[in-house]
Amino acid sequence: MIDRKLQPRSGKPRPAEGPRSEGEEARLRQQAIGVGLRHMFDQVVNEPVPDEFLDILRNADLAGKEAGE
Amino acid sequence: MSGTPSTETRSASADNDFKRELVALIPHLRAFARSLCGDPTAADDLAQDAMMKAWDARASFQIGTNMKAWTFMILRNQFYSEKRRSWRQSQLDQDVAERTLLAVDDPEAPIALDELRLALRSLPDEQREALVLVGAGGFAYEEAAEICGCAVGTVKSRVSRARRAVQAALVSGGYERDGAAAGDAMGSILSDAERLSGAR
Repeated sequence: MIDRKLQPRSGKPRPAEGPRSEGEEARLRQQAIGVGLRHMFDQVVNEPVPDEFLDILRNADLAGKEAGE
Repeated sequence: MSGTPSTETRSASADNDFKRELVALIPHLRAFARSLCGDPTAADDLAQDAMMKAWDARASFQIGTNMKAWTFMILRNQFYSEKRRSWRQSQLDQDVAERTLLAVDDPEAPIALDELRLALRSLPDEQREALVLVGAGGFAYEEAAEICGCAVGTVKSRVSRARRAVQAALVSGGYERDGAAAGDAMGSILSDAERLSGAR
Protein backbone atom coordinates (compact mmCIF):
# COMPACT_ATOMS: atom_id res chain seq x y z
CA MET A 1 0.00 0.00 0.00
CA ILE A 2 2.60 2.50 1.08
CA ASP A 3 4.95 3.51 -1.66
CA ARG A 4 8.13 1.65 -0.98
CA LYS A 5 10.07 2.25 -4.09
CA LEU A 6 12.68 4.37 -2.47
CA GLN A 7 15.45 1.80 -2.43
CA PRO A 8 18.30 2.83 -4.64
CA ARG A 9 18.90 0.48 -7.47
CA SER A 10 22.54 -0.09 -8.06
CA GLY A 11 22.09 -1.67 -11.46
CA LYS A 12 20.66 1.44 -13.00
CA PRO A 13 23.07 2.68 -15.66
CA ARG A 14 24.30 6.18 -15.10
CA PRO A 15 24.58 8.48 -18.04
CA ALA A 16 28.14 8.91 -19.17
CA GLU A 17 29.87 11.87 -17.61
CA GLY A 18 30.61 14.72 -19.91
CA PRO A 19 28.84 17.57 -21.58
CA ARG A 20 25.19 16.96 -22.34
CA SER A 21 23.32 18.86 -24.95
CA GLU A 22 21.15 21.67 -23.65
CA GLY A 23 18.06 19.88 -24.87
CA GLU A 24 19.05 16.72 -23.05
CA GLU A 25 19.73 18.69 -19.89
CA ALA A 26 16.32 20.36 -20.04
CA ARG A 27 14.62 17.04 -20.71
CA LEU A 28 16.28 15.44 -17.68
CA ARG A 29 15.29 18.37 -15.49
CA GLN A 30 11.69 18.21 -16.60
CA GLN A 31 11.69 14.48 -16.04
CA ALA A 32 13.05 15.05 -12.56
CA ILE A 33 10.38 17.64 -11.80
CA GLY A 34 7.76 15.18 -13.03
CA VAL A 35 9.04 12.44 -10.74
CA GLY A 36 9.10 14.88 -7.81
CA LEU A 37 5.56 16.06 -8.52
CA ARG A 38 4.18 12.55 -8.74
CA HIS A 39 6.01 11.60 -5.57
CA MET A 40 4.53 14.55 -3.65
CA PHE A 41 1.06 13.73 -4.91
CA ASP A 42 1.41 10.01 -4.23
CA GLN A 43 2.60 10.67 -0.71
CA VAL A 44 -0.78 12.21 0.06
CA VAL A 45 -2.68 9.56 -1.91
CA ASN A 46 -0.96 6.90 0.17
CA GLU A 47 -1.87 8.48 3.50
CA PRO A 48 -4.62 6.65 5.35
CA VAL A 49 -7.99 8.33 4.75
CA PRO A 50 -9.29 9.95 7.96
CA ASP A 51 -12.38 8.16 9.31
CA GLU A 52 -14.31 11.41 9.06
CA PHE A 53 -14.64 11.01 5.31
CA LEU A 54 -16.31 7.64 5.51
CA ASP A 55 -18.45 8.68 8.48
CA ILE A 56 -19.79 11.69 6.60
CA LEU A 57 -20.58 9.62 3.56
CA ARG A 58 -22.23 6.87 5.60
CA ASN A 59 -24.41 9.38 7.45
CA ALA A 60 -25.44 11.06 4.22
CA ASP A 61 -26.33 7.71 2.73
CA LEU A 62 -28.40 6.74 5.77
CA ALA A 63 -30.13 10.13 5.92
CA GLY A 64 -30.98 9.82 2.24
CA LYS A 65 -32.41 6.36 2.69
CA GLU A 66 -34.58 7.45 5.60
CA ALA A 67 -35.83 10.46 3.70
CA GLY A 68 -36.51 8.46 0.56
CA GLU A 69 -38.42 5.57 2.10
CA MET B 1 -34.74 -4.79 -0.36
CA SER B 2 -35.61 -7.82 -2.46
CA GLY B 3 -39.25 -6.80 -2.78
CA THR B 4 -38.61 -3.35 -4.22
CA PRO B 5 -39.55 -2.62 -7.83
CA SER B 6 -36.80 -3.05 -10.39
CA THR B 7 -36.21 0.67 -10.94
CA GLU B 8 -35.56 1.28 -7.27
CA THR B 9 -33.39 -1.81 -7.02
CA ARG B 10 -31.33 -0.63 -9.92
CA SER B 11 -30.97 2.83 -8.49
CA ALA B 12 -29.88 1.43 -5.13
CA SER B 13 -27.25 -0.67 -6.79
CA ALA B 14 -26.17 2.30 -8.91
CA ASP B 15 -25.82 4.27 -5.69
CA ASN B 16 -23.69 1.52 -4.22
CA ASP B 17 -21.46 1.43 -7.29
CA PHE B 18 -21.18 5.18 -7.20
CA LYS B 19 -20.32 5.17 -3.54
CA ARG B 20 -17.67 2.51 -3.95
CA GLU B 21 -16.04 4.48 -6.73
CA LEU B 22 -16.28 7.70 -4.76
CA VAL B 23 -14.63 6.13 -1.72
CA ALA B 24 -11.80 4.89 -3.92
CA LEU B 25 -11.29 8.45 -5.14
CA ILE B 26 -11.04 10.03 -1.69
CA PRO B 27 -7.21 9.74 -1.49
CA HIS B 28 -6.91 11.45 -4.87
CA LEU B 29 -9.35 14.19 -3.88
CA ARG B 30 -7.31 14.80 -0.73
CA ALA B 31 -4.10 15.07 -2.73
CA PHE B 32 -5.62 17.44 -5.27
CA ALA B 33 -7.17 19.55 -2.52
CA ARG B 34 -3.86 19.79 -0.73
CA SER B 35 -2.13 20.90 -3.90
CA LEU B 36 -4.73 23.65 -4.29
CA CYS B 37 -4.98 25.04 -0.80
CA GLY B 38 -1.83 23.92 0.91
CA ASP B 39 -2.94 23.71 4.49
CA PRO B 40 -3.74 20.03 5.17
CA THR B 41 -6.73 20.73 7.45
CA ALA B 42 -8.33 23.20 5.06
CA ALA B 43 -7.60 20.76 2.25
CA ASP B 44 -9.44 17.94 4.00
CA ASP B 45 -12.41 20.24 4.60
CA LEU B 46 -12.39 21.06 0.91
CA ALA B 47 -12.11 17.40 -0.06
CA GLN B 48 -15.02 16.51 2.24
CA ASP B 49 -17.17 19.26 0.79
CA ALA B 50 -16.36 18.09 -2.71
CA MET B 51 -17.10 14.49 -1.80
CA MET B 52 -20.51 15.49 -0.42
CA LYS B 53 -21.30 17.64 -3.43
CA ALA B 54 -20.41 14.72 -5.68
CA TRP B 55 -22.61 12.41 -3.62
CA ASP B 56 -25.54 14.83 -3.72
CA ALA B 57 -25.11 15.26 -7.47
CA ARG B 58 -24.72 11.55 -8.18
CA ALA B 59 -27.91 11.45 -10.22
CA SER B 60 -26.34 13.82 -12.72
CA PHE B 61 -23.18 11.76 -13.12
CA GLN B 62 -23.12 9.95 -16.43
CA ILE B 63 -22.17 6.37 -15.80
CA GLY B 64 -19.24 5.30 -17.89
CA THR B 65 -17.63 8.73 -17.98
CA ASN B 66 -14.52 9.61 -16.01
CA MET B 67 -15.61 9.95 -12.41
CA LYS B 68 -12.19 11.05 -11.23
CA ALA B 69 -12.23 14.01 -13.62
CA TRP B 70 -15.82 14.77 -12.62
CA THR B 71 -15.06 14.85 -8.90
CA PHE B 72 -11.88 16.89 -9.47
CA MET B 73 -13.95 19.42 -11.36
CA ILE B 74 -16.38 19.65 -8.45
CA LEU B 75 -13.52 20.07 -6.01
CA ARG B 76 -11.89 22.74 -8.13
CA ASN B 77 -15.11 24.72 -8.48
CA GLN B 78 -15.65 24.47 -4.76
CA PHE B 79 -12.13 25.72 -4.13
CA TYR B 80 -12.52 28.77 -6.33
CA SER B 81 -15.95 29.71 -5.04
CA GLU B 82 -14.68 29.52 -1.46
CA LYS B 83 -11.59 31.40 -2.42
CA ARG B 84 -13.61 34.21 -3.91
CA ARG B 85 -15.56 34.47 -0.69
CA SER B 86 -12.53 34.50 1.53
CA TRP B 87 -10.01 36.20 -0.66
CA ARG B 88 -8.66 38.43 2.05
CA GLN B 89 -8.31 35.57 4.44
CA SER B 90 -6.46 33.53 1.84
CA GLN B 91 -3.97 36.33 1.40
CA LEU B 92 -3.33 36.24 5.13
CA ASP B 93 -2.94 32.49 4.98
CA GLN B 94 -0.36 32.71 2.25
CA ASP B 95 2.55 32.29 4.64
CA VAL B 96 1.06 29.10 6.01
CA ALA B 97 0.28 27.85 2.56
CA GLU B 98 3.79 28.47 1.37
CA ARG B 99 5.09 26.09 3.93
CA THR B 100 2.47 23.43 3.60
CA LEU B 101 1.77 22.83 -0.07
CA LEU B 102 1.26 19.08 -0.22
CA ALA B 103 2.93 18.96 3.14
CA VAL B 104 3.30 15.51 4.56
CA ASP B 105 4.30 14.41 7.97
CA ASP B 106 7.37 12.60 6.81
CA PRO B 107 10.64 13.65 8.42
CA GLU B 108 12.51 11.56 5.89
CA ALA B 109 11.03 13.34 2.91
CA PRO B 110 13.87 14.54 0.74
CA ILE B 111 14.79 18.19 1.24
CA ALA B 112 14.55 18.92 -2.45
CA LEU B 113 10.83 18.17 -2.45
CA ASP B 114 10.45 21.12 -0.09
CA GLU B 115 12.07 23.30 -2.70
CA LEU B 116 9.71 21.87 -5.28
CA ARG B 117 6.78 22.69 -3.00
CA LEU B 118 7.92 26.26 -2.66
CA ALA B 119 8.48 26.58 -6.39
CA LEU B 120 4.98 25.24 -7.01
CA ARG B 121 3.47 27.55 -4.44
CA SER B 122 5.02 30.52 -6.20
CA LEU B 123 3.09 29.74 -9.41
CA PRO B 124 -0.19 31.43 -10.31
CA ASP B 125 -3.13 29.18 -9.32
CA GLU B 126 -4.07 28.26 -12.86
CA GLN B 127 -0.54 27.20 -13.76
CA ARG B 128 -0.14 25.19 -10.59
CA GLU B 129 -3.40 23.30 -10.99
CA ALA B 130 -2.62 22.54 -14.64
CA LEU B 131 0.82 21.21 -13.75
CA VAL B 132 -0.53 19.15 -10.84
CA LEU B 133 -3.35 17.63 -12.90
CA VAL B 134 -1.15 16.71 -15.85
CA GLY B 135 2.18 16.18 -14.12
CA ALA B 136 1.01 14.38 -10.98
CA GLY B 137 -2.67 13.50 -11.28
CA GLY B 138 -2.21 11.48 -14.43
CA PHE B 139 -4.76 13.41 -16.49
CA ALA B 140 -4.50 13.90 -20.23
CA TYR B 141 -4.47 17.49 -21.44
CA GLU B 142 -8.04 17.05 -22.68
CA GLU B 143 -9.24 15.87 -19.26
CA ALA B 144 -7.38 18.66 -17.47
CA ALA B 145 -9.00 21.15 -19.83
CA GLU B 146 -12.42 19.77 -18.95
CA ILE B 147 -11.67 19.96 -15.23
CA CYS B 148 -10.42 23.55 -15.48
CA GLY B 149 -13.12 24.63 -17.90
CA CYS B 150 -10.72 25.93 -20.53
CA ALA B 151 -9.34 25.03 -23.94
CA VAL B 152 -6.84 22.22 -24.38
CA GLY B 153 -4.32 24.67 -25.84
CA THR B 154 -4.65 26.83 -22.75
CA VAL B 155 -3.84 23.90 -20.48
CA LYS B 156 -0.84 23.00 -22.62
CA SER B 157 0.55 26.49 -22.43
CA ARG B 158 -0.11 26.73 -18.68
CA VAL B 159 1.67 23.44 -18.07
CA SER B 160 4.59 24.46 -20.17
CA ARG B 161 4.90 27.86 -18.51
CA ALA B 162 4.61 26.21 -15.11
CA ARG B 163 7.35 23.71 -15.95
CA ARG B 164 9.68 26.44 -17.10
CA ALA B 165 8.98 28.55 -14.03
CA VAL B 166 9.51 25.64 -11.63
CA GLN B 167 12.73 24.70 -13.34
CA ALA B 168 13.98 28.27 -13.27
CA ALA B 169 13.12 28.57 -9.59
CA LEU B 170 14.90 25.33 -8.75
CA VAL B 171 17.96 26.12 -10.81
CA SER B 172 18.38 29.58 -9.37
CA GLY B 173 17.76 28.20 -5.90
CA GLY B 174 16.45 31.61 -5.01
CA TYR B 175 14.18 30.35 -2.29
CA GLU B 176 15.21 30.64 1.26
CA ARG B 177 14.20 28.34 4.00
CA ASP B 178 14.76 29.06 7.64
CA GLY B 179 16.89 31.95 6.58
CA ALA B 180 19.37 29.83 4.70
CA ALA B 181 19.89 29.81 0.97
CA ALA B 182 18.27 26.82 -0.66
CA GLY B 183 21.35 25.95 -2.61
CA ASP B 184 21.33 23.68 -5.61
CA ALA B 185 17.74 22.50 -5.41
CA MET B 186 17.70 21.36 -9.01
CA GLY B 187 20.68 19.13 -8.39
CA SER B 188 18.89 17.51 -5.45
CA ILE B 189 15.71 17.09 -7.45
CA LEU B 190 17.68 15.41 -10.21
CA SER B 191 19.36 12.97 -7.88
CA ASP B 192 16.08 12.33 -6.05
CA ALA B 193 14.41 11.65 -9.36
CA GLU B 194 17.02 9.08 -10.19
CA ARG B 195 16.54 7.44 -6.82
CA LEU B 196 12.75 7.58 -6.86
CA SER B 197 12.43 6.28 -10.39
CA GLY B 198 15.04 3.61 -9.81
CA ALA B 199 12.50 0.96 -8.84
CA ARG B 200 10.07 1.57 -11.70
